[in-house]
Amino acid sequence: MIVTNIEQVPGKRVTRHLGLVNGNTVRAKHVGRDIMAGFKNLVGGELKGYTELLTESRNTAMERMIQEAQALGANAVLNVRFSTSTISQGAAELMAYGTAVVLEDEA
Amino acid sequence: MTQLIIFVALLVGGYAIGAFNERRHYASIRRREEEMRGLMLFASRDMPETHEGWLVMGNTVVSIDYFKRFITGLRQLVGGQLDAYESLVERARREAILRMKSDALTRGATHIVNVKLETSRVFYDDRRRSTGSVEVLAYGTAIRAADQV
Repeated sequence: MIVTNIEQVPGKRVTRHLGLVNGNTVRAKHVGRDIMAGFKNLVGGELKGYTELLTESRNTAMERMIQEAQALGANAVLNVRFSTSTISQGAAELMAYGTAVVLEDEA
Repeated sequence: MTQLIIFVALLVGGYAIGAFNERRHYASIRRREEEMRGLMLFASRDMPETHEGWLVMGNTVVSIDYFKRFITGLRQLVGGQLDAYESLVERARREAILRMKSDALTRGATHIVNVKLETSRVFYDDRRRSTGSVEVLAYGTAIRAADQV
């Protein structure tokens, strides 16, 4: 599965267009990480626990997007975008979306 | 009285540790930026001839220290530029870009095209007046130019 955020893949051409696919996940922070972040709020700097949490969540969203693309029979997702939004207090939604396509090697 | 002492201690502690961390972080950012200068980033989609392209990303979540938050609170009475937040978000952005670059370098990229930057406030709780933490995400398509293969 090829995933990129540009419209074409070098050396390949799009033979079928399968439409938009997306994957999302909503995550809440948990108490342990919150306490550490509370300390970190006093001295500033990176909140590593939150960074990891969001990285994991974004990977989950991407996996779901890729699964949806595979179910459609695609072998690539092009023009991928990410979006992050706070939908409730203490929870974040991460979404990944892109265009599922079938690619073939250029003759 | 006790409350005042705690407040002053937090203020002084926040300032001392926060300023120390910031200087150290800037030094580390500058050093790594120098190391990875060879990997070029483009906000455009034009690219050199290539065989491969794949998605890379880097992110970081940061928060401000107690002293700066207090000063910022005062500053908001009169408005104007909030230097404290400027340096915070700038550090986060440069860090996210560096992480994206190291992600790309693990597979031998020579360029990253169509770089996008996204900034969002996460895990903020208005009721408890908890500090906003800011996430910066950098992503793009890493490519290996054909003449480098």
